[in-house]
Amino acid sequence: MLGLQALFFYIFAFVTIGSALMVVFLRNPVHSVLFLILAFVSGAGLFLLAGAEFLALILIVVYVGAVAILFLFVVMMLDIDIAQVRGRMLEYAPIGALVGLVLLAEIIIAVTGNYYDPGTPLVTSQPIPPLETVSNIQALGSVLYTRYVFFFQVSGMILLVAMIGAIVLTLRHREGIKRQSVSEQVSHTGKNSIEVRKVESGKGI
Amino acid sequence: MAELLGSYLPIVIFILVALVVGLGLLVAPFMVAFKAPDDEKLSAYECGFNAFDDSRMRFDVRFYLVSILFIIFDLEVAFLFPWAATFGRLGWFGFWSMMVFLAVLTVGFVYEWKKGALEWE
Repeated sequence: MLGLQALFFYIFAFVTIGSALMVVFLRNPVHSVLFLILAFVSGAGLFLLAGAEFLALILIVVYVGAVAILFLFVVMMLDIDIAQVRGRMLEYAPIGALVGLVLLAEIIIAVTGNYYDPGTPLVTSQPIPPLETVSNIQALGSVLYTRYVFFFQVSGMILLVAMIGAIVLTLRHREGIKRQSVSEQVSHTGKNSIEVRKVESGKGI
Repeated sequence: MAELLGSYLPIVIFILVALVVGLGLLVAPFMVAFKAPDDEKLSAYECGFNAFDDSRMRFDVRFYLVSILFIIFDLEVAFLFPWAATFGRLGWFGFWSMMVFLAVLTVGFVYEWKKGALEWE
């Protein structure tokens, strides 16, 4: 059983890394987004192997179901000329390397160090209670809304800011659009739609 | 742990079957089908006339707005799941912290409704 688990870990890990590399190296941005979806799904598999059932499914619902679609819209909106993108990869390489280095340093500090709090390694080595006693979703729920209520409310505020920001930045009402008015259509009867006039012969109205 | 992963075995089998069927349908035509390509057959066909322009048309920015608003409410629902799973043991504090969270997002929802962000025009 453990061997099978290791086999699946290596499958998911290699697919995640491989598709992440494809995201960066593919020419066609739409194909990149599709490989990003594959990376998300295999990342969800890794979460599942670690016992984080809820996080795995949330990764699929939120990232595959919503964020990847948003990326597709953005890719379509940018109207990228594929031939133009080709030469510019080296231009962006230093920035990408810098971001990668910062992320790597953060991971090393978070996993090995105790720079923030001497208790950190203890928490990271045992992030959730044993799965036999309490499931992942219950472990999250039992602390998220009470002990970490401040972070929970801050995340609500961030979502509110994102919502208002997206509306303020992108919502433009167009002028002079003819819209269907259902109430007007329904209240229309034969009586007020035609007008009968007597026209004398030889004269106009 | 083994029990948890064992319950995902049907999904693994499902993915394997989907892979086999998908790859089979993709590969079989290459081996079986009769091929006689020519220029006219392979050219883009758009209701009888030549294609007007590139198929990579720009999307309206409003698709982006709809999809961002969708993500936000998607996340809101994601926060509701652990809350519902531990509802009995949370007590009143946990209950009201979720109510405040929902109220904050309802403010945003009323704002976008009044702004007309949900209308398509």
